[in-house]
Amino acid sequence: MIFLDYYKILGIEKTATPKDVKNAYRKLARKYHPDLNPNDKDAKKNFQQINEANEVLSDPEKRKKYDQYGKDWQHADEFEKAKQYQEQSSNYQRPGYSGAQPEGDFSDFFESLFGGSAGARGNRQVKFRGQDFNAELHLDLIDAFKTHTQTLSVNRKKIRITIPAGIENGQTIKIPGHGGHGVNGGPNGDLYITFSIANHPDIKRLGNDLYTKADLDLYKAVLGGEITIDTLKGKVKLKVKPETQNGSRIKLKGMGFPVYKNEGHFGDLYVTYSIKIPTNLTDKQKELFIELSRSEF
Amino acid sequence: MQTEYLIAVNEFCASHNIEISFISSLEQNGLIEIMTIQETGFIDAGQIQQLEKYIRFYYELEINLEGIETITHLLRRIDLMQDEIILLKNRLRLYETEL
Repeated sequence: MIFLDYYKILGIEKTATPKDVKNAYRKLARKYHPDLNPNDKDAKKNFQQINEANEVLSDPEKRKKYDQYGKDWQHADEFEKAKQYQEQSSNYQRPGYSGAQPEGDFSDFFESLFGGSAGARGNRQVKFRGQDFNAELHLDLIDAFKTHTQTLSVNRKKIRITIPAGIENGQTIKIPGHGGHGVNGGPNGDLYITFSIANHPDIKRLGNDLYTKADLDLYKAVLGGEITIDTLKGKVKLKVKPETQNGSRIKLKGMGFPVYKNEGHFGDLYVTYSIKIPTNLTDKQKELFIELSRSEF
Repeated sequence: MQTEYLIAVNEFCASHNIEISFISSLEQNGLIEIMTIQETGFIDAGQIQQLEKYIRFYYELEINLEGIETITHLLRRIDLMQDEIILLKNRLRLYETEL
């Protein structure tokens, strides 16, 4: 637990007036408020700190206590009246913001000095929406290929979510009401899950289209034939045209990735041929190649 | 048929301790939609989260309506750009691991 210099956080002098505190707080809140900085963890952290600094410095009693004992917070005996203070200050109306997290987001330092954050905030009956939670869920490409359910543990509660096929890497979905609990009967926050989909070793995805590579031996490339490749829908037989060139690409319509929330619709699968040159040729085979090389094309 | 949940504007204002004129101003600026049924204004529940955000901007951050309009526009642009970043990152991933 470290000492937090609330004056430094708000960028003000120790001699700052309540008006200075309010102005400094408002200025920084406009910069770091989570509503203005969606998905920005640094801004959220900064906002929590300035919120906490304002909680203390805008309340004359708390500010006095902080000025007196702040740096010596380890000496818990000095703060024996913390609980008593909470009761006395229960009528204090905090001019803070409700946009972020109304409880549970004060530092250990604050809690050590002023007791539990909820108690320190008095008994206002204002309803606060609970905090939004953010989580990252790792899937592999095959998981994302089909609609499936997963059970997650949030706030010690298990929730079952359905992940629609075709979810994109980096996509975020909202699970309403599964964030932090509301305060004073306010609604719960939401849970935001961002998906991180790992690359597949053989199949790459771009939007709804898939890309893969198929090895082709020289003879099939020259003479044509049939090969079997693995796709996410299973094995597929491909007819190879005679005289297929190395690096040429074919499109398999509808064999790509499912389109998100559009059941029955799929992207395409692109297969790039990679022609393998035979190795360890026998003398006879070499002779045949030499003969071929002498023939006119 | 989809069920719509509507909240009466006057009840919303009473519970949030805000003036009805603020909600009207948001509507006039095209930031929210109000449905009028039998002379009573209602807000679709789906707009509540956004509306609460406007309330925080206005009453807590002291941002005026023009500011809210500008911020809303910019936040929408950020959303679109974030989607684009995801798309581009995924495209880059494709070329980083050459097929």
